[in-house]
Amino acid sequence: SCPTMGRAMGLAGLLLGLVVVPAVLVSTNLRRGTPRTEAEPEPSGWELAADAVPEDSLWPLPQWVRTYPRQLQLAPSRFQLVHGAGSSAGPSCGLLQDAFRRYYEYIFGHSRWRTWVRRPLAARAEPELFQLQVVIEAGDPGCDRHPHLTSSEAYHLTVTEPVAILKASEVWGALRGLETFSQLVYEDDYGSFLVNESEINDFPRFAHRGVLLDTSRHYLPLKSILTNLDAMAFNKFNVLHWHIVDDQSFPYQSIYFPELSDKGAYSSNLIYTPTDVRLVIEYARLRGIRVIPEFDTPGHTQSWGKGQKDLLTPCYNGKQPTGSFGPVNPVWNTTYDFMTKFFKEISSVFPDEFIHLGGDEVDFSCWKSNPEVKEFMKKQGFGIDYAKLESYYVQNILDIVSSYNKGQMVWQEVFDHKAQLKPNTVVQVWMANNYARELSRVTGAGFTALLSAPWYLDYISYGQDWKKYYSVEPLNFPGSEEQKKLVIGGEACLWGEFVDATNLTPRLWPRASAVGERLWSSSNVTNLQDAYKRLTNHRCRML
Amino acid sequence: AENEPSWETPCTKLLVYVSTPGCDGFPSLDSSESYKLSVSKGSMLLSAETIWGALRGLETFSQLVGRDENGTYYINETEIVDFPRFPHRGLLLDTSRHYLPLKAILETLDVMAYNKFNVFHWHIVDDPSFPYESSTFPELSRQGAFNAMTHVYTASDVRSVIEYARLRGIRVIAEFDTPGHTLSWGPGAPGLLTPCYMGKAPSGVYGPINPIVNSTYQFVTSFFQEVSTVFPDFFLHLGGDEVDFTCWQSNPEIRAFMAETGLGEDYKKLESFYIQRLLDIVSSLGKGYIVWQEVFDNDVKLRPDTIIHVWKENNLQYLNEMANVTRAGYRALLSAPWYLNRISYGQDWIEAYKVEPLNFEGVPEQKALVIGGEACMWGEYVDVTNLTPRLW
Repeated sequence: SCPTMGRAMGLAGLLLGLVVVPAVLVSTNLRRGTPRTEAEPEPSGWELAADAVPEDSLWPLPQWVRTYPRQLQLAPSRFQLVHGAGSSAGPSCGLLQDAFRRYYEYIFGHSRWRTWVRRPLAARAEPELFQLQVVIEAGDPGCDRHPHLTSSEAYHLTVTEPVAILKASEVWGALRGLETFSQLVYEDDYGSFLVNESEINDFPRFAHRGVLLDTSRHYLPLKSILTNLDAMAFNKFNVLHWHIVDDQSFPYQSIYFPELSDKGAYSSNLIYTPTDVRLVIEYARLRGIRVIPEFDTPGHTQSWGKGQKDLLTPCYNGKQPTGSFGPVNPVWNTTYDFMTKFFKEISSVFPDEFIHLGGDEVDFSCWKSNPEVKEFMKKQGFGIDYAKLESYYVQNILDIVSSYNKGQMVWQEVFDHKAQLKPNTVVQVWMANNYARELSRVTGAGFTALLSAPWYLDYISYGQDWKKYYSVEPLNFPGSEEQKKLVIGGEACLWGEFVDATNLTPRLWPRASAVGERLWSSSNVTNLQDAYKRLTNHRCRML
Repeated sequence: AENEPSWETPCTKLLVYVSTPGCDGFPSLDSSESYKLSVSKGSMLLSAETIWGALRGLETFSQLVGRDENGTYYINETEIVDFPRFPHRGLLLDTSRHYLPLKAILETLDVMAYNKFNVFHWHIVDDPSFPYESSTFPELSRQGAFNAMTHVYTASDVRSVIEYARLRGIRVIAEFDTPGHTLSWGPGAPGLLTPCYMGKAPSGVYGPINPIVNSTYQFVTSFFQEVSTVFPDFFLHLGGDEVDFTCWQSNPEIRAFMAETGLGEDYKKLESFYIQRLLDIVSSLGKGYIVWQEVFDNDVKLRPDTIIHVWKENNLQYLNEMANVTRAGYRALLSAPWYLNRISYGQDWIEAYKVEPLNFEGVPEQKALVIGGEACMWGEYVDVTNLTPRLW
């Protein structure tokens, strides 16, 4: 069971035990059913973590860590997180002010420390650590900006008496460093807060480390999303890929096209208003997390048709419309008029420089049945190759979105079907079959790639499947050094077919943590035993 | 308009009529749970033989009440005659692999009642931890719990569970699994477990309960005396599964015992030797028992009213086991296809639903010996943070 303070991610009825070895990931003496084939000499939950080392609770593991035996003590009533001398950020930096308060609470637990009457500190062997000073080094710290793909997240942390120093080029690195610092502080058996002298130099291996949430298959209340952003920050994830609408429902309340959610949401209260959206974006920003919305077209759009007449392709049976609809209709001008206006709104609502345009799993059968579409195919000389029609559509959308100065992310089919992509388009590789080869192809063609294929966390299975996610090596594909550089990272995907607020958190975490470390830490951090030890500690802390 | 419902006089009372007196008892395997529900113009009547049937009927009634778009509560005229196909419909929770706070157990009992489950199989202790606070042997939990202050079930917790369950018509069957699955018993009961040997010297590691020393049986008697009083149900689950013989085999005293008593190299017989004595002890305490299938598979001499719990699943082998168990005249409980801890992607409820417990070769008398089954939620990967969405 879990040792003291969890960070209370808001799970009801959470138990915070006082004991030493967390047993959650322990699969002792597994009984029943098929005999265990996994070889795991896990401790039976009896071992005290007496010989725990400070690094035992770092997740993800920083690039370079040195810890020393000398311990420093922190007094909750005196310890402060402050701006250091020479920092380009100061008290007006709302993002850091907010982070200081947040991390103080994570480190010491909630306000009870401030209100309890306590006796003055008795003489102790350990010297006291009074402050963590945060020094932002770049001229423009980035306090009021949004993080982006090229933001610096590097930091240097020195923990020594009497003050610890956290240096980072930009505020994003400071956020990462604060998380790490909070992971170094621990409580001893007597309730004292201690930290070992240490020095850490850290930066992420991959710049794009994301989590995909699907709010169309099941609506996710705001609280769920925000809790998830907290968890992402604990794991140094920096992108929320918000797959906000799809076939099943359209919860995004559009300003220009209110009918989309009026008619397309599951119900009138299961929507995201502009205020909700702003809240998510800001909450994420304060944690150094980019919000990349996905408005997936031309497939996955059934719910769009409810509120937008004449957007989807009417399917035919012979000469008669069947009454059902297929993907977005690529032959009508009105489609592109709509998309132009719609993406104008999206481009202004979502500040990130990228928008995900989807483009996956387009079922051609409806198009093939529609006489206008067939006519159009002939006129364009596409023959019977509907992939060409899809590309025609996609290219138009890419142009529209480009005109708003947004970069584009697309699912791999868009690339596979040979649409003409803009040079900075990010291709997300999701098909599990031979994804290494796809990475070769995408990067070989000069496009940046994101890996999701081995990280579909909605595919649950029995046992410690985090190990299989952890063991993925994204750059394990045939390709040159240049090609490998084009892999900017990956995303853990939690598709929503079987997920809603009742099971999101335990399903996603701590399994996504495995992906988080794989994307942040060095490629040689692969030892499963060590990861197990750190992950168990980290999981308890996250609770 | 045509299809508008005709609103009759609002119903104000559901009359509940129970024919057999007695509200203060505990449900048992033989309790009747049948009920009749009649909702008609002007009267709503729920009648049942026992209070247990009334509980089942109340649940059904609550499921019939609907609410229209205006918020008005309504119920259709209805006639229901209901009773369970199987009398033992259980759920197993494992509070040893991970401690489950009382609240989680009580919440589970609520949901069990929504689903008309009537047995809570409490797999309370096992290798990893011993959270059961014993009044006779307080050291067991003091040394065996994950944390003796916070991760234990006090006598009052246990009473709460039993009463909360009773009020929902749910029996609580405690399982104290022996002789295997007992590592957590060791620290609080020195001398109980078998010391394993590496060659001529003890290795420091312990194995199953030591079956050859008298102190074991003294302990077992006292312990189960307490358990029999604490848990009012007639049945106790005595476990008996997955006994690993290697430790016994390594221990010279045990080997000597095997030679002396002529058991030879057949350690199954040693296991039987222990189990038989355990069963006798428990019988003499006036309790019936349920055991995992190995006890039957290993030819232990059992009382005719023993219930065998079938759990091993590979390729529908469990159906053969059900046939064997019932052919030998014992009652059977089915869990093999219902290990809900074994999660998988998608709508796996369908596989669980499709199971037909009586789909084995046997005569009707055999089939009648299948008293029901249990969904099992083993705790290796389950704690309070994920129990509810995993189970329901």
